[in-house]
Amino acid sequence: MANYSTNEFKGGLKVMLDGDPCSIVENELVKPGKGQAFNRVKLRNLMTGRVWERTFKSGDSLEAADVLELEMEYLYNDGDMWYFMKTDGSFEQYAVEKKALGDTEKWLKEQVPYTVTLWNDNVINVSPPNFIELQVTETDPGLKGDTAQGGSKPAVLSSGAVVKVPLFIEEGEVLKVDTRTGEYVSRA
Amino acid sequence: MVDDWRPTAALETLRERARLLARVRAFFADRGVLEVETPVLGHGGSTDVHLASLSAEATTPVGRQRLWLQTSPEFHMKRLLAAGSGPIFQLARSFRDGEVGRRHNLEFTMLEWYRPGLDLDQLIEETATLVSTVLGRDLGQSRRRRYRELFRESLAIDPFTVPLEMLRRLAGQRGGLDMANSDREGCLDLLMSLEIEPYLGRASLDVVVDYPASQAALARHHRDPEDGAWVASRFELYLEGLELANGYDELTDAEEQAARFAADNAARRAAGLPEVDVDHRLLAALVSGMPEGSGVALGLDRLIQLALGKQSVAEVMAFATSRC
Repeated sequence: MANYSTNEFKGGLKVMLDGDPCSIVENELVKPGKGQAFNRVKLRNLMTGRVWERTFKSGDSLEAADVLELEMEYLYNDGDMWYFMKTDGSFEQYAVEKKALGDTEKWLKEQVPYTVTLWNDNVINVSPPNFIELQVTETDPGLKGDTAQGGSKPAVLSSGAVVKVPLFIEEGEVLKVDTRTGEYVSRA
Repeated sequence: MVDDWRPTAALETLRERARLLARVRAFFADRGVLEVETPVLGHGGSTDVHLASLSAEATTPVGRQRLWLQTSPEFHMKRLLAAGSGPIFQLARSFRDGEVGRRHNLEFTMLEWYRPGLDLDQLIEETATLVSTVLGRDLGQSRRRRYRELFRESLAIDPFTVPLEMLRRLAGQRGGLDMANSDREGCLDLLMSLEIEPYLGRASLDVVVDYPASQAALARHHRDPEDGAWVASRFELYLEGLELANGYDELTDAEEQAARFAADNAARRAAGLPEVDVDHRLLAALVSGMPEGSGVALGLDRLIQLALGKQSVAEVMAFATSRC
């Protein structure tokens, strides 16, 4: 792969650091008076999601990471792996380990498109869409006429996620949920 | 629809900027300091190892020539001083290759002024007053901080005497990078940037003085009363973690200046960097005699950024380099 020098670092560039693929978040030149220049760089480790802050001498370089982000639909789970399929018409399938799936496991729904990150053709991350519609499978009975009071109760959704919902929500209803915050948005 | 034709500054910010520029001009007019304009291009450039100069090929009265874009208006302004101009200031477009970021832009406006007959302390006072004037608020008494003292307080080392190996380890550990092949200055620069600068100028203006002699190519040197170590007669002014200005008790000795230019170019060769043509006319001006005095260069875009509460210099420039 190619190498990128600090002056090519910009947001979203994928590079290798300490053996892990990373995405550059921010690159700031620091240079005292007329002194030597350094780059203070924030990178998101794509394996762990953690953000690292590292300093480089200006002009140093990092190896490019072979990272691709693709849209894929969720298909099924065989008890061991989770299967996704490319939406580009190729029907190509990828098996995903629990580790790469992370928190997205609780937002899975068949035929919904997810953003799948591949590194050297292996799936390292799966991100759900920002909003997803899921059915309530379990919650306490709804309270009629309580639409304005603003109370809330837990509800289990078909994907396994538990979200706080207003008291009037009933089992079997389909809800729109924000996957970034895990919060109820509205009835679908 | 690509929107990158639009300015990086809001139009209202540009109106504020114009107002602040008028304030700068009034400040110097009140003090009898003459506004001058000197060329952006010169036959010689800055030899400073840590400044990357841009150059241009041009057809000049003496034929095809390589000309250097200034990294500051220093050389031309010193030639005016040697010619007897008296106190002068300039709002000068300056260029530094590779300097891009939140606090840097490839080209930027340097407010530079020279005060024959004033010593460094007097110039520090004047610079602090100018900063308060542009900000439109009294910053109170500025604090004088010795370079050495800052390192002792923040890192418990004496930057002048700490063994190089220990300095490399400390810099490498604080920065999270390999500094094993770095020299003393590189290590000190890194520690200054990461561990000291961000905390300067938080309460009021901080004025850092008594830099290592090696960190000021165009300043006089004097002895540190503590142990006789050579220190540079240089100051840096900081506000809100931003380096705003760099001032010198100016070197007037032509021979010493020529030696420092030559040393810079030798260091450039050693580092595999291109050499820069030396400004012979500056050296000739120094031989002819430049009055003793102090001078300071202030990053005006940064000061305007602080005055208007912006997060980057791009927000106070009509078109930052990304949109030029």
